[in-house]
Amino acid sequence: MARVVVDVMLKPEILDPQGQAVQRALPRLGFEGIADVRQGKRFELEVEGPVDDALLVRVREMAETFLANTVIEDYTVRLETASGAEAAVSGSTGAGAAGSGAASEGAGATA
Amino acid sequence: MSGGLGRIGVVTFPGSLDDRDARRAISLAGGEPVALWHRDKSLHDVDAVVLPGGFSYGDYLRCGAIARFSPVMETLIEQARAGMPVLGICNGFQVLCESHLLPGALTRNDHLHFLCRDQRMSVENVNTAWTRDYQPGQEITVPLKNGEGGYVADTRTLDALEAEGRVVFRYAGPNPNGSYRGIAGISNEAGNVVGLMPHPEHAVEALTGPTTDGLGFFTSVLKTLVVSS
Repeated sequence: MARVVVDVMLKPEILDPQGQAVQRALPRLGFEGIADVRQGKRFELEVEGPVDDALLVRVREMAETFLANTVIEDYTVRLETASGAEAAVSGSTGAGAAGSGAASEGAGATA
Repeated sequence: MSGGLGRIGVVTFPGSLDDRDARRAISLAGGEPVALWHRDKSLHDVDAVVLPGGFSYGDYLRCGAIARFSPVMETLIEQARAGMPVLGICNGFQVLCESHLLPGALTRNDHLHFLCRDQRMSVENVNTAWTRDYQPGQEITVPLKNGEGGYVADTRTLDALEAEGRVVFRYAGPNPNGSYRGIAGISNEAGNVVGLMPHPEHAVEALTGPTTDGLGFFTSVLKTLVVSS
């Protein structure tokens, strides 16, 4: 069964207090040299049947409307292949300002 | 009320907490509360709707993200766009943002703590469906209780909200949660849809609330309904 992975991260300009709390805890635990931590979400979608372009379009729709709130979050969609290698099939750039909802599609080849 | 005006629906989602208090506040203001159920598409001919506080769908995914796709919201979004007064309180505000009826989003409080206290805020726009019984700039105190109450939006949206008078409520005193520009609540362009993080429905009786400052939300909408009928 093929797996499509959707990663959702807060846009760079949105404060991530959870990531900051993790980062601040690191030196206390003996992990030095970590300048910044951002915390996000990862969705693993187990797909019935073949993964084709039409399916990836649907997954991007799902990410855009539901899995991510594009006012504050960016997302990437990628296919996890059997070999364990992951091929990026699309992604948002994270360049847009919060609220623009502009998650432009990255130019990745479908695996 | 004559002509059946003053029927105000309160939606219950799985995980809603403050639906009962909202219905009680509507009664105390002189309206007729109508319980609405998230799986029922029908709004049962109500004149206005309150989306109450709580943790709809356990706050899974994001606060309000799953509630936004419930059957009742399909009808509500349509009606809100057509001008029906809608008030979103706390989780209800989050649902309105997720529905794109209001711009921006609510994020984790900057200090990461769940905050529960009486909060002062100023009413900056008294021309919305839910604030006409207040004075411009009036300071009111109602409970605030949330973990994800930080209002964020991009600069252009914030500037537009300010320019159009759509910042309806602003926190008075220290910013309690890192909300951009101290924003506690906003409205849509038409002023019929209002969302805020503080809880007016918990400040309607001297016995249980810090004040009765919240009652004005519900008397306001009843007046709005009479005027617009």
